[in-house]
Amino acid sequence: MPAASHSDLQRTIDAVWRIEAPRLIAGLTRMVRDVGLAEDLAQDALVVALEKWPQSGVPDNPGAWLMATAKHRAIDLFRRGETLQAKQEQIARELELDLTDGVSADPTADAAAAAQAGDDLLGLIFMCCHPVLALEARVALTLRLLGGLTSDEIARAFLTPRATVQQRIVRAKRTLAAARVPFELPAGEQLAERLPAVLGVIYLVFNEGYSATAGSDWTRPELCEDALRLGRMLAELMPRESEVHGLAALMELQASRLRARRGPDGQPVLLNDQDRSRWDLLLIGRGLRALDRAEVLTGGALGPYALQAAIAACHARARVPADTDWERIVALYDALAALTGSPVVELNRAVAVAMAFGPAAGLELVDALADESALAGYHLLPAVRADLLERLGRREEAYAELTRAAGMTDNEQERLLMLERAAGLAKREER
Amino acid sequence: MRFMVMVKATQDSENGVMPSEELLSAMGRYNEELAKAGVMLAGEGLQPSSKGARVRFSGASRSVIDGPFAETKELVAGYWIWQCKSLDEAIEWVKRCPNPMPGDSEIEIRQVFEAEDFGEEFTPELREQEERIRAQIEGQ
Repeated sequence: MPAASHSDLQRTIDAVWRIEAPRLIAGLTRMVRDVGLAEDLAQDALVVALEKWPQSGVPDNPGAWLMATAKHRAIDLFRRGETLQAKQEQIARELELDLTDGVSADPTADAAAAAQAGDDLLGLIFMCCHPVLALEARVALTLRLLGGLTSDEIARAFLTPRATVQQRIVRAKRTLAAARVPFELPAGEQLAERLPAVLGVIYLVFNEGYSATAGSDWTRPELCEDALRLGRMLAELMPRESEVHGLAALMELQASRLRARRGPDGQPVLLNDQDRSRWDLLLIGRGLRALDRAEVLTGGALGPYALQAAIAACHARARVPADTDWERIVALYDALAALTGSPVVELNRAVAVAMAFGPAAGLELVDALADESALAGYHLLPAVRADLLERLGRREEAYAELTRAAGMTDNEQERLLMLERAAGLAKREER
Repeated sequence: MRFMVMVKATQDSENGVMPSEELLSAMGRYNEELAKAGVMLAGEGLQPSSKGARVRFSGASRSVIDGPFAETKELVAGYWIWQCKSLDEAIEWVKRCPNPMPGDSEIEIRQVFEAEDFGEEFTPELREQEERIRAQIEGQ
């Protein structure tokens, strides 16, 4: 290898780590049966690499090198233990056996190794999103172990102090160990039960990037990319699960609008005002294909993510807002509302009804939601009401609702947009 | 960020020599690995330049030149579009690729321009025009 400068090598090692860390930690977790220990071992291997690679150069197969180094550390650790338990001795022996297997040139062995690596990654995903963990802990652990993000990056993404994120991760690992959560890929009914939690974590990360709930930026595209990467990964690892493709489709389609969703000064641009020529056609194509797969796999009733993706697809297919098939969107929201019973979905359905059948029909549905406790404090309820009132010519009421909505959002850019619209209403009122 | 990763042509690929079954299956595994890592967005192999053409511009005139083209090493035989965190990550992924050709070969990595990269120089009108043209091309 040609002599590389120190910073070149550091960047190479960072890139190797980003690629290899998830597989490394997943494989080690299966072998040592403890995710905390697995991450420590992987980190130890990285430290050894940082010491050795400047002299020896980056090995041809850095992933295998890191894995072998981590396994040696594990064997040392187990054997050095004062009170060597039978179970630890057994793990150490398995690790040794694994090391002597080495790399084979046999393609069927390669395929088997790839399948094992895929199962390991899935096992790790399901562990990180295990229901014994709080939601924030699942998110932090998933981004750290599968997304390859540092605690610093996670902290910045969620505007949380780094110490809090670190503590969350440490506690999560402890909780998993204390609850003796097994490293396994759930099957059958258990899979159906546990999959929504995994999809929920990935979608939460995506949404935090897509419309940040707090802070001065309206969107954080990097976080969307992290979530998309996880979603695409999952779709490859679980190709027969309709909802996995549904989530991938939903994220691809929504991400296709990211650059049109943000004005030159970072302010939000709403769907109907977006310059649709700025939508990303590569992502739209990927999203529509993923939705097709989701539809083929269910052979009928779509799950909640696929339904949302189908709604997003209606928008993606319309080159101008007037082409939007709002009646189909209403039908999709009907199915989604029946499935989820969520008042937020009902609110969205009301918007679609207003678009398909006029603002009065929409307002009737929105007013029926006024007492819904789950929507108390939800800024989009008065925002939607304001929009419909405005279209019905009831400007004074619309102004009051917009002002109320502005006071309810924590996103600075969104608040400004609402106040601006309210000011516009007041101005027209004066004329 | 996005990258276009281009496999450069060789005499073999220009002569239409099909890859061996061994290479095809190694490439298949590699593509699967890229997809499983959530890196690959798109990718295709290209036919030899004998089946292509060039259009040369000189002021207002255009002339068509039929393939094949001589400067083999400058030609592209296939490409991927990847989503990576950095150029370094793209480089590391390329290093993991099986040699795409029977002999010596080269893969070139180029970062895709995003509209934002043009900054102030790129006026909204220009930007809109560029996006519209691309929309038409990709919509075909």
